[in-house]
Amino acid sequence: MKRYLIQRIGYMIITLFIIVTATFFLMQLLPGTPFTNPEKLTAGQMAVLNAKYGLDQPVGIQYLRYIGNLVQGDLGYSFQHEGRTVESMISSRIGPSAFIGLQALIIGAIVGMVLGIISALKHNSLFDYGSVALAVLGMSIPSFVFAALLQYYVGVKLGWLPVALWEGYSSTLLPSIALSVTVTATVARFIRSEMLEVIGQDYVITARAKGMTEKQVVVKHVIRNALIPVVTMLGPLAVSIMTGTLVIEKIFSVPGLGEQFTLSILVLDYSVIMGITIFYSALFIFVVFVVDIIYGFLDPRINFRGESA
Amino acid sequence: MGKKMKAQVLFVLMSFVLILSGCNFNSSESSSEGTGSEGGEETAGQVLNVSAVADIPTMDSTKAHDGVAFTVLNNVNEGLYRQDENHEPIEALVAEHTENEDQTVHTFTLRDSKWSNGEPVTAQDFEYAWKRVMKDASPYNFMFVTASIKNAEAIMNEEMDAEELGVKAIDEKTLEVTLESANPLLQSLLTFPTFLPQNQKFVEEQGDQYALEAENLLFNGPFKLVEWTHEQGWKYEKNADYWDAEAVKLDTINAYVVKDSTTGVNLYETNKVDRVDLSSESVEQFKDDANFNTILEPSLIFLRFNHNHPVLGNKKVRQAVNMAIDKKSLTDVILKDGSTPLNGVVPAGFFTNPDGTDFRELNGDFNTGTVEEAQKLFAEGLKEAGVEDVTASINISDSDDHKKVAEYLQAQLEENLPGFKLEIKAVPFAQRLEIEKAIEYDLSLSSWGPDYSDPMTYLDMWLKDGSANRMDYHNPELDALVSQARTETDAAKRYEMLLNIEKILLEEDAAIAPLYQDGSAILMRDKIKGLIVHPTGATFSYKWTSIEE
Repeated sequence: MKRYLIQRIGYMIITLFIIVTATFFLMQLLPGTPFTNPEKLTAGQMAVLNAKYGLDQPVGIQYLRYIGNLVQGDLGYSFQHEGRTVESMISSRIGPSAFIGLQALIIGAIVGMVLGIISALKHNSLFDYGSVALAVLGMSIPSFVFAALLQYYVGVKLGWLPVALWEGYSSTLLPSIALSVTVTATVARFIRSEMLEVIGQDYVITARAKGMTEKQVVVKHVIRNALIPVVTMLGPLAVSIMTGTLVIEKIFSVPGLGEQFTLSILVLDYSVIMGITIFYSALFIFVVFVVDIIYGFLDPRINFRGESA
Repeated sequence: MGKKMKAQVLFVLMSFVLILSGCNFNSSESSSEGTGSEGGEETAGQVLNVSAVADIPTMDSTKAHDGVAFTVLNNVNEGLYRQDENHEPIEALVAEHTENEDQTVHTFTLRDSKWSNGEPVTAQDFEYAWKRVMKDASPYNFMFVTASIKNAEAIMNEEMDAEELGVKAIDEKTLEVTLESANPLLQSLLTFPTFLPQNQKFVEEQGDQYALEAENLLFNGPFKLVEWTHEQGWKYEKNADYWDAEAVKLDTINAYVVKDSTTGVNLYETNKVDRVDLSSESVEQFKDDANFNTILEPSLIFLRFNHNHPVLGNKKVRQAVNMAIDKKSLTDVILKDGSTPLNGVVPAGFFTNPDGTDFRELNGDFNTGTVEEAQKLFAEGLKEAGVEDVTASINISDSDDHKKVAEYLQAQLEENLPGFKLEIKAVPFAQRLEIEKAIEYDLSLSSWGPDYSDPMTYLDMWLKDGSANRMDYHNPELDALVSQARTETDAAKRYEMLLNIEKILLEEDAAIAPLYQDGSAILMRDKIKGLIVHPTGATFSYKWTSIEE
């Protein structure tokens, strides 16, 4: 186990390094300058500015300098927001993104599980068909469509929740609900099919034969075993939520990281693009890692030693 | 097992609360939240709620470079001059202004006024801030060249030190500004936020924290910035120590960052904001609303021609392109966002001659005509160029608006000018600009916003080798007239020259094809009076705004 962990962490660092390198060089291919009013800059001014920020150096030198600073934990300064460090820009925005993301994950997982379990238990009933249809809709309609509908009907027409802005807990609800739709649909579908599969397994028949009550069979054997594969879904779902926030944050004026990311690419704010890319990649890599570990604990068939051998 | 479960649940809850605490909810508003009333307490008193398209990139006046920052700076600070309700410069901190005979040395005497820390605003504050702009090669340092401040150009090209800039504090109350040559636009340019003063002692004390948060700033304008939550919004309060505080009626202004235009409309409908810009999709829905309005914007959307192109280099072909496009349908049917057709390079409604007549009215329309005339000119032009037909591509940004316009142009030109084939090449904005600067296009869909409130900002673009020319257009007559007009201090004579520059560009050369002038459609509650929208520099002035129930 220990050896596996060390090896895994090694791979994680290498992956991150490759991502940093690839992003750095790809970013250089983007046209334009990170300076704020390219429409009006003359060639002479541009040269002065490039020299000031070291952008006149060969890309290789710029890269080495960036990696050197990165190793020391220095992500540099934003080009657009004069004087602000990339660290401060990221750290002040993680909170809102993480909050609506986690809340969406929790809402989605709970609602999805309930729907999925009931569907499976009432297989081929009207409820089952209804929830399958809902799940298909939830998977195929993008979350920003739900966001716009929720904002208009719940926010403007009914006036139950704030339309947008970031002013207290109630304003986190609509973005979280909009984001959770995909999660709900995915989890519901997955649990339903897993449960249907588990219900037919030998050990379930054995459990029934042992004389366990139906409730005991369902809770102890069916649901528990059906949940294991759901854990593997959490990784990809967390990723889809993070990308989902890019649009949701803009619609609900949430001061989050996703919104900042798209903006920094559009204005070519080099240091912010790099900083957020590194942050997102590290997070993804970490989530996948954690899911793998949890999976190992849940499923006795997985053997860490076997993989490292 | 049960205990372990509980511990896990507790852990998840705890971490949730921890994240929530790091969420920086907008504190000023969480107190009023939950009342659910139709903004009962917000309509009472002099409170204005507005939205902003982005966070303030920087509050350092020497580094500011966009409308959002310029607006905030304009309302919390005061420079030598300020734009009035008609966008004309009026004295702000200037009590008295004298100039020498050839109008190259200007002496400004300052009135008594205070920074928000109680220190007086002095002439040294101006000298310090201005030199700081030049020293740091700030984005708007070219404004000093435009204003003809002595040595600004040399400093910008790194041939001279920033200390040599032609500005000097004679004593606490007297500022001497030296120019390269007389400049009729000086006062108008000095309203620009880049020319605001800064308190040297305060700036240096704050070091790299200066202007990063509301508490790292000093104010001397009509309002104070009392709160600034990054990416969410900011709050102004009336500055009781402002020298002209009597004129200021609003007590509080709340600004919210709203980047999505539909969200803005929804916030307007729930009384959260008092004014909102509409996108063309929302115009349909609200055009009959009592609070709906369209306002003219000073930006110009036009076609650049590559003057080295074998066919487009021909004047008759360019004239034909100008005439073949039905600009009215473009603005009224395709765009529907308050834009208006433009047949000149200087937009209508913002610039008047000394007698108060609009520039557009004086110079009229250029290169208008029927489709038949266009076809005739096109045929002649093709003949002169020695070709039967022409295939050209148009360089555009990949925004929705640009695509709509380009598709319309394609349909119009191909239908009205037989033998003209137009290919659309959509690229990201930054690349469009690069292609333009390298003149690697046939036609380019461009826009231009003014730097200052004078027609010259649209006319000196076309100088040979000017950085905004970008099409290898050159007419020595135009170049000569521009440099004459730059130093002409007789307002009437100067205006005559400006009119003639446009005539050379469009009547003589048909160098570009102006398409339309931007407009915007807005919803604003009618209780709001005196909210001034400026064409250049700061977008809004709140100094004269009031709420009248």
